[in-house]
Amino acid sequence: MTNKVLVYVDHFEGEALPASWEAIGAARTIAESLGVGVTAIIIGHDVQPLAKQAIEYGADDAVVADDPALSDFRPEPYADALSKAAAEADVLLLPTSGRTRELAAMTAVDLETGLSPDVIGVEVDDGLVFATRPIYAGKLLSKVVTKERKPQIFTVRSRAFPKPEADTSRSGEVASLEFEVADVPTEVLGYKDAEGGVSLTDAAVIVSGGRGVSNNPGLTPPDEITDEKEQEIWRAQQGFGLVDDLAGVLNAAMGASRAAVDAGYIPYANQVGQTGKVVSPDLYIAAGISGAIQHLAGMRTSKTIIAVNKDPEAPIFKLARFGVVGDLFEVVPALTAAFKERLGK
Amino acid sequence: MNIVVCVKQTPDTAATVTVEDGKIFWGDAPLVLNPWDEFAVEEALRLKEAHGGEVTAISLGPEDAKEALKQSLAMGCENAILVSDPSFAGLDSLQVSKILAAAIEKVGEVDLVFFGRSSVDTDTGITGSQVARRLGWPALSLVAVINTLDPTSKRLEVERMLDEGRQQVAASFPAVVSVVKEINEPRYPSFMGIRKASKAEIPIWSAAELTLDGDLKSAVTWPEVWAPPKVETECEFVEGETPEEIAAKLVDRLIEEKVV
Repeated sequence: MTNKVLVYVDHFEGEALPASWEAIGAARTIAESLGVGVTAIIIGHDVQPLAKQAIEYGADDAVVADDPALSDFRPEPYADALSKAAAEADVLLLPTSGRTRELAAMTAVDLETGLSPDVIGVEVDDGLVFATRPIYAGKLLSKVVTKERKPQIFTVRSRAFPKPEADTSRSGEVASLEFEVADVPTEVLGYKDAEGGVSLTDAAVIVSGGRGVSNNPGLTPPDEITDEKEQEIWRAQQGFGLVDDLAGVLNAAMGASRAAVDAGYIPYANQVGQTGKVVSPDLYIAAGISGAIQHLAGMRTSKTIIAVNKDPEAPIFKLARFGVVGDLFEVVPALTAAFKERLGK
Repeated sequence: MNIVVCVKQTPDTAATVTVEDGKIFWGDAPLVLNPWDEFAVEEALRLKEAHGGEVTAISLGPEDAKEALKQSLAMGCENAILVSDPSFAGLDSLQVSKILAAAIEKVGEVDLVFFGRSSVDTDTGITGSQVARRLGWPALSLVAVINTLDPTSKRLEVERMLDEGRQQVAASFPAVVSVVKEINEPRYPSFMGIRKASKAEIPIWSAAELTLDGDLKSAVTWPEVWAPPKVETECEFVEGETPEEIAAKLVDRLIEEKVV
């Protein structure tokens, strides 16, 4: 028998997303208002350790669906399992990721109930969870509620809720979900470009580069690069190299503006903005980004924003707490050196 | 290949969006094909051009919501259908997915359904997966490239963009594919295409023409919408004689303010 508030623990190959623990924190707040407990749901293969971790982060107990056929994430069998586990629940929370968006979507169909993805706040009123979610890329906020159906399903945005402290003295029951994996219509062939490092949405610090990273006429590309566009990309790569150095010192993730991605300077996976990733780090450093409205929409909730730009009129300075009007090719390496010295790295 | 692409009409992303009396306004910004859906339309057209067949664009919206469909036709879709009924107004994705699934079934013999990853207005990104679930078809979300596609064996292999890297997945048709912008570079509508689209009569499918089970009541409601308070940030410009001096000053200020 599970509790009335459930949290799905999202993980990649057995390693939980930090946002999963944030979701448990949010679930605790809801469960305390409702006077009920929190059950963590874990789906995968060889994922038992996550149950113990979930309890340490605040779940009262855990239910695990463990099967070799679940070793790779595929939405269909995961949704089968989650729908079974959540059928009697009042509230189901998931962290927000590419996986959980589709998993939650399918579970909501199975249980004919409401899903509100990517919420940044929750409050309980009269036994119902009212959540706040950004719409129009954060230009507006909306209150959302699922009144007449259960469970009320939400995915919570990374870094919107504080991560609870793990308490290794906590213990709770870990049960197995009785569950047969049905034929799965898709086959996972493998992974590629699996990047290590800090993911943009979980990063506490992000250093981003824009169109300006290619704007260094003083740099001479090697003779073998004769094509003008390739020369521009070569210059941009030198610029992003400097951005990457600064990110390295700050243990930060590297972001980019749409202009830089569209120009072919850096992969789309790094794009911050309305048509890229929406981020909310403690510190966001924008180098050579003028600040198109679509970019600002993706990073405006960052706690502290620093802008480095040649143009003192660039819109990014309107959002920035600190600004440097100057050439990023001089300022960014100087910042890297200064941080290195002051942070003792 | 019989391909359906589900599109939505949204305000332009550069619009200044405001709220008055709980209603959302976007000034005189144009209504456009949801930018994410352009990639879906483009990919559907490329598959049609490679393997033959036709592409039908479907949009659910009010009766005047034809811009997204017109742009889809102008880009090269053969057919466009507006799914519209007074009872469809303001529904959540639980219900929208039901209606779209019914419309796809009415098209009949569909091989692939394309979606953009999300719409730039409600930012939910869940409708494609929900339609797949309702149809009982494989869902391939966040697809960055279709590596192989064989219309004879009805099998395709794609790469999905997860946060950790690309997951390579194989599935059979029929399937629902949602795409991200890495997948292609959408074409501009041709002059001929625009002319054809402006003359096109777009059929409307109402609730009566679809097989819809159960009620059409949104599970999720939106009791309140508001604009977040404008954050007035006073930018402190850090100046100095040399980049090194500026950097040192800035880092000092960040340490003072406990930013780092």
